[in-house]
Amino acid sequence: MNDRSGLYIALGALALGLVWAPGAAQLAGNYSPVTDERLRNPEPENWLMFRRTYDGWGYSPLDQIDTDNVAGLEPVWTVSTGMTEGHQAPPIVNDGVMYVTTPLNSVLALDAATGDTLWQYRRQMPFDIRLGHPTNRGVALYGDKVYTSTSDTNVVALDAATGEVVWETVVEDYNGGYYMTGAPLAVNGRIMVGVSGGERGIRGFVAALDSETGEEIWKSYTIPGPGEFGNDTWPGDSWQTGGAPTWVTGTYDPDLNQTYWGTGNPGPWIGDARPGDNLYTNSLVAFDVGSGEITGYHQYHWNGSWDWDEVSAPVLIDITRDGQTVPGLVHAGRNGYLWLLERRSDGIGFIDAEPYVNHNVFTRLDPETGRPEYDPERKPGLGKSATFCPSLHGGKNWPPAAYNPVTGLFYIPANDNLCTTMAGEEVEYRRGQQFVGTDIRETSLVEGADHVGELQAWNLDTGERVWMHEFGEYSNWGPILTTAGGLVFLGGTADRWFRAFDGVTGEILWQARLNSGITGVPSSFAIDGVQYIAVQAGWGVDAAGSQRRVDGLFGNPETIVPQGGVVWVFALPGQ
Amino acid sequence: MADEQDKSPLAVPRSGERRRVLRALCAVGLALPMASRAQGNSGAASPPAENDQLVFAFGERAGEAIAPDDLALGTEQVFAYPMDPLTGEVRNGTRLNQLVLVHVDPEGLSEQTRARAVDGIVAYSGVCTHTGCDISDWDTSSNRFQCPCHESQFDPSDGARVVGGPAPWQLAALPLKLVDGMLAVAGEFEGRVGFMQPGLDPLGGLGI
Repeated sequence: MNDRSGLYIALGALALGLVWAPGAAQLAGNYSPVTDERLRNPEPENWLMFRRTYDGWGYSPLDQIDTDNVAGLEPVWTVSTGMTEGHQAPPIVNDGVMYVTTPLNSVLALDAATGDTLWQYRRQMPFDIRLGHPTNRGVALYGDKVYTSTSDTNVVALDAATGEVVWETVVEDYNGGYYMTGAPLAVNGRIMVGVSGGERGIRGFVAALDSETGEEIWKSYTIPGPGEFGNDTWPGDSWQTGGAPTWVTGTYDPDLNQTYWGTGNPGPWIGDARPGDNLYTNSLVAFDVGSGEITGYHQYHWNGSWDWDEVSAPVLIDITRDGQTVPGLVHAGRNGYLWLLERRSDGIGFIDAEPYVNHNVFTRLDPETGRPEYDPERKPGLGKSATFCPSLHGGKNWPPAAYNPVTGLFYIPANDNLCTTMAGEEVEYRRGQQFVGTDIRETSLVEGADHVGELQAWNLDTGERVWMHEFGEYSNWGPILTTAGGLVFLGGTADRWFRAFDGVTGEILWQARLNSGITGVPSSFAIDGVQYIAVQAGWGVDAAGSQRRVDGLFGNPETIVPQGGVVWVFALPGQ
Repeated sequence: MADEQDKSPLAVPRSGERRRVLRALCAVGLALPMASRAQGNSGAASPPAENDQLVFAFGERAGEAIAPDDLALGTEQVFAYPMDPLTGEVRNGTRLNQLVLVHVDPEGLSEQTRARAVDGIVAYSGVCTHTGCDISDWDTSSNRFQCPCHESQFDPSDGARVVGGPAPWQLAALPLKLVDGMLAVAGEFEGRVGFMQPGLDPLGGLGI
């Protein structure tokens, strides 16, 4: 032991990556490079990025599996990931090769038709890391490489055929409270990543790295520094630790060459601790992909005091208003409002917004700007308790909504009828530690409520909710896939069911009980004329904590949800 | 794969050698505190050693020695680091040395915990055994540590055993004593500091 001790100490301070590649030869010289053209117009059979397309729809144009035959859907293959905690990444598929990520940043390359493992990258975290959210939300594909962001705030480029590490870039210092969970976004030779840490006094940003070398091209902060527009919305030096994380992958408009990211809560949580609007927290921020310059923003709510991270990227959908087609940005907010905004070359316009779950904080929105006014009784302060709805987990958390151009509907994985009571207290900044500053945090149910989880379908042109499915005494943490077969797929509930809904009527047409709860993003792909539905099951992280609270509110014993990640792939029999 | 292995120092080589490398890597987590001890007790990253003084980790009194009277009965925990009494060096080179101190009712202590305590003052690792977050919250109604990340709860009166949430095992305990009226370390950590990385089980290897 003695002679090795120095080695152990040195290794203990490092993150290590290990590659196992029994099937790499199968891919060598046989991998389909991912071009910008393919990312802009992916083949129907492929799912090349987090939400399949830059617009964030989560929609597959495949229609072999439809409302008439989905009842016959059967598992084709499964594989265990060997990891516990929350599995949230979509199976991303390029011409028959599937890539999934897991908690603790392993990457699996699989034969998407058979489930054979082609290679596996495993990463060992530094032993002094704080894993606030031990999860990862998928890879980006570009050229001949696979890109993943890591909990210790690195971006790693892997050879898509072999899994070999091509480059690795430290984007920030994890000791400062930074970590990464989102899938990178690949555009025009840039690998863009966001960052987590809104509860740890970080200063949020989006960074763009060179896809070939890993060198940083730009890093654009989501909190303006001294001399920059908006810095005066922060008192003193509070901007340095003000949060505004960007932990869900952005969307992208190729025509404007702008990328759109959502930002999270300010820190500490209580607005009294940092009087002002606190730009650009809880906002949609548009960046020029070439320069990283912020080209526009919309702040959903100012001086945030509710932990309502608005990190989900807006979905790019054309909306009809007054007979005109408007290039829209659609966001089901954690604050419980469904926001319709307009993307312009010179900024972001407000169209309208309305609550989609119980909400009691906003008393009015400015009809021109959408800026909310607050009921002061619903805004927690330092030493002042307030009860607000939706709860701090929001009407919709990170699980992405979806848009189906065939049904014309926008699907929201919602949680309703929950409220939070909390009060603020002074908090001292300690580098890397929790920087929240709240005392009691209690969750309650809206009086008379009989359910929490919901799947909602909205017609954005009419502003009407067309149908809704209620999940009873379960909260819903299910990312959504919708398909040209008129279907909506999601799991999300602690009862471990993975379901297919009729996208027009909301009727459940098929369901399968998986090994664990499903918070993974489902995807769809095709090989040799066979359409597949794929998803990772693996319960954990915030979904688990949320359900524990909901169980208590309904007087139920804690729902036991076994952990452990499994990739599931389904198809119709006889195909 | 063989070609790539030569290019990447982190790629896993042929099976026999690979197994040895994996065992070495897997041993890192468990070996870290022991390995550090093997180097002696000096150094900011060395684990707490007997007779180390305890000092405030944060705030206006950061670095100052902690007396029993600094910890009021029933109030939330204080973050501390051990300090080498000979050199005055605070062992804050790794957050794995971060401690939480709290003063609880001496009458309520389990026998094992009482043996480590000084008049109801107990010390534990301040790193959660679930995913490594800081044990920074305190539930005043039940007198328990709580992790802010996933709400694991630990009972300081009974060896910091898990009494709620997802943590798999108790916080490592640090025996205390008084030296010249000030709080000091009476022995090594009892239990494992930090968290186990799923899929990297040192007993089972990497599973590849």
